[in-house]
Amino acid sequence: MTDISLDTLAQQPARPRRDIGLKKRYAAERRFRLYGVLAIAIGLVFLAIMLTSIISKGYTAFWQTTVTVPITFDEKVIDPSNKRATDPNVLITANYPKLAENALIEKLGIDPKDRATVRKLKGFLSEGSRVQLRAIVLADPSVIGTTRDVDILAAANIDSAYKGQIDLSVPESRRKVSDQQVEWMNKLKAEGAMVEHFNTGLFTFGASSRPETSGVGVAIIGSFYMMAIVLMLALPIGVAASIYLEEFAKKSRFTDLIEVNINNLAAVPSIVFGLLGLAVFINFLGLPRSASFVGGLVLTLMTLPTIIIATRAALAAVPPSIRSAALGLGASKMQMVFQHILPLAAPGILTGTIIGLARALGETAPLLLIGMVAFVADYPKTPFDPATALPVQIYMWANEAERAFVERMSGAIIILLIFLMAMNIVAIVLRRRFERRW
Amino acid sequence: MSFLLVFAIVLAIGLVAFLAGRQRALAQDDGTVKPHSRPHYHGWWAFLTGVVPAVIFLAAWDTGASAYLNSHIHSSLPAEVADGTVAHEDLAAGLVKSLARGLRRLDDQQLAALPATFAELQPMLAAKGVALAPDTQDYMVPIATDANRVSDRLDLIAAAVSIGLVVVGSLYGLSRISPRARARNNVEKVMLWGLLGASTIAILTTIGIVLSMLFQTIAFFEKISPASFFFGTVWDPRFAAAGSGGAEGQFGLIPLLAGTLYIALVALLVAVPIGLMSAVYMSEYAAPRVRAVVKPALELLAGIPTIVYGIFALVTLGPFLRDISAALAGGTGFIQAQSILTAGLVMGVMLIPVVSSLSDDIITAVPQAMRDGSLGLGATHSETIKRVVLPAALPGIVGAILLTASRAIGETMIVVLAAGVAANLTLNPFEAMTTITVKIVNQLTGDLEFNTPQTLVAFALGITLFALTLVMNIVALYIVRKYREQYE
Repeated sequence: MTDISLDTLAQQPARPRRDIGLKKRYAAERRFRLYGVLAIAIGLVFLAIMLTSIISKGYTAFWQTTVTVPITFDEKVIDPSNKRATDPNVLITANYPKLAENALIEKLGIDPKDRATVRKLKGFLSEGSRVQLRAIVLADPSVIGTTRDVDILAAANIDSAYKGQIDLSVPESRRKVSDQQVEWMNKLKAEGAMVEHFNTGLFTFGASSRPETSGVGVAIIGSFYMMAIVLMLALPIGVAASIYLEEFAKKSRFTDLIEVNINNLAAVPSIVFGLLGLAVFINFLGLPRSASFVGGLVLTLMTLPTIIIATRAALAAVPPSIRSAALGLGASKMQMVFQHILPLAAPGILTGTIIGLARALGETAPLLLIGMVAFVADYPKTPFDPATALPVQIYMWANEAERAFVERMSGAIIILLIFLMAMNIVAIVLRRRFERRW
Repeated sequence: MSFLLVFAIVLAIGLVAFLAGRQRALAQDDGTVKPHSRPHYHGWWAFLTGVVPAVIFLAAWDTGASAYLNSHIHSSLPAEVADGTVAHEDLAAGLVKSLARGLRRLDDQQLAALPATFAELQPMLAAKGVALAPDTQDYMVPIATDANRVSDRLDLIAAAVSIGLVVVGSLYGLSRISPRARARNNVEKVMLWGLLGASTIAILTTIGIVLSMLFQTIAFFEKISPASFFFGTVWDPRFAAAGSGGAEGQFGLIPLLAGTLYIALVALLVAVPIGLMSAVYMSEYAAPRVRAVVKPALELLAGIPTIVYGIFALVTLGPFLRDISAALAGGTGFIQAQSILTAGLVMGVMLIPVVSSLSDDIITAVPQAMRDGSLGLGATHSETIKRVVLPAALPGIVGAILLTASRAIGETMIVVLAAGVAANLTLNPFEAMTTITVKIVNQLTGDLEFNTPQTLVAFALGITLFALTLVMNIVALYIVRKYREQYE
């Protein structure tokens, strides 16, 4: 039968098909699909470009060049008038960078009387040597008069040149390192005295006007205090509020008001919370400015809606049969909630909390208003001391002009993103591990 | 005695009451009468009857005491200072307070032989790490010591009363323990109040936001007329140095509002088509396996802090656009490094996941029957989406776009870094404009006094922003909720 119809079809001239625009419609269909793919691609490509650009600018911040020089703790430089036994300030105010300079002069074999050459040494080693050498002397004053090898940080410009970030083909007058300095640098490198180390300073230093001695140490501690405060306040309050709304509240005008409020607070711009913190916590209650305690309070208020919404969803997902069973066995409503519903909802609550914390960790705007844009060099001992936060530190470095600060800033962004990623992975693992489908 | 120590003592006594109460309830259970509540409920009830009144008292006393101390310091300031302007008196009171705080660090011996002049006192305090303002006056020293004495006395009273309260309260709670006492119900009633209290924090926050901004805004409008704020076209706050006087500055909202809306518009022009198309593709076309990878990847964009977007715009995208335009035009570029375009583009990308996840939910909520009907009549997949699914989802999508727009208006860090600070009125997207949020940050960073219009204007801007986003959110939430009910 098939054969026959095929034959007849072949014999008859094919009737032209009625054109119903199928070709065009299919083309439109393909175009539409393509738009969808394109839209997703644009988003992903942008994400990739952004991450690559930051990582490529920032990964070098995790290395820092140091110069190993034999420092002679010369009594003539540290304590020229030999008064250190009576006046402890002598050892604190001594001219330590001079020691480092002298050591370098000797190491490079420069004639100390050649003033023009010696002057070019300025800005080769970091001024941070003052703090470093002072710590050595103060810890053990008996080193005075002896010689020992010390790793001194290279200054930011030399560090950049060592990492190959400064274009040496530019005329000497228009770049920040002189030919002489490059020559010394190569000499030290060849001798093995100048090397790149993992930059632990990036994690331990506080604010500084010199890129090579600035780091996110203070910011990490400040952020940690704030996260601890958010966790201690927002989690119990958020869970309590959700339990009330989900399990106890009767439908009334009052509970409606609370719900509308929570939904709106979740969408209020974060900077408004900063204004609230400034006006209420600092101006009205007189809490200290720049303190991580105030930052923690502001972020708590900001995170509460997120936690409440997540907790309510987790509570609502626990099936009613559990409630009926508990109540049927004679538990009171409070016992049912705290002994049965809450443990079952815990994974969902924790996931929501971690995601809320991650958002709070990356938040910058409200912290700017409560004075966390502060130059803090010392570790905050309590949450009431001035501190700064990781994203705020990034913001402050963004306002610095020097190239080396851009490197530090990108490095700090990488650290921030790693923290966020870790938190999100924990949240995902928790959800995968403990999520129950009913 | 410090506040924390008293609090710890109160809690410790409460804990003892808890243990005693549980023990007593256990001892009473001789098996003849069936107990109403389990022993630990009796313990908790004894804890609550003691601790709750004591803590409430402590909190109330602490607030009252600091107010009393304040007025005490003010009243003991000499007449010539008190007669001066309020600001000056506040300044003097502030100095006294920091001096009093510094004196706390001295040991008893030093306090007994306290020098009468500030000049002698300063090195003693500096040795303890207390830095004081140099304009602290000699007459403030006795006032500060007096203030410390008064506050010590107040603290002592607070400690005595609250510890008395916790002891009496716990004893009362313990005395009520009997096998038929309804301890569990009592404890649960208190817990319910606690839960209710926690949920009212949301309302308190909103009230706090509104009131705090309202008071400062009213103070601002006493100095600058509302008309010149809302309809002024020039923004020139003139950060006057203290005491220069006269220079009022102009606080016109219009250029900021225009900049805010313009940048939000550019951002929406980027985010809405891309976000909507990706949502459509992911909910209608993508295979589950593709969806499982691509959806979280796109949501990564939402997880990146906005400061990172801002930095990207500032360091990479802005210079890149400027250089490209320079190469195109030859010579100087027509796109500035900080421009509406840069800020809008980056913000748009940030908003893509917001649009796509909101519209994804809405598109999935359209009943399958509607799609099947359309496909059964011979429509292609894209025709079904364009003619049936999207129109059905339109109200919800409008709500989603409104929510996104409110995010765009309130976004701060991207515009602070990428949009510029100059308050221009322009239509050219390649130039810099500034926004409400940028100006709030600008006016409030650095040292500030709370009585200049330069500072107060930030609160007027804040309340404008709050009102704007609030209206958009309420409308959007209403639309989204209404739409969801339609298909449920």
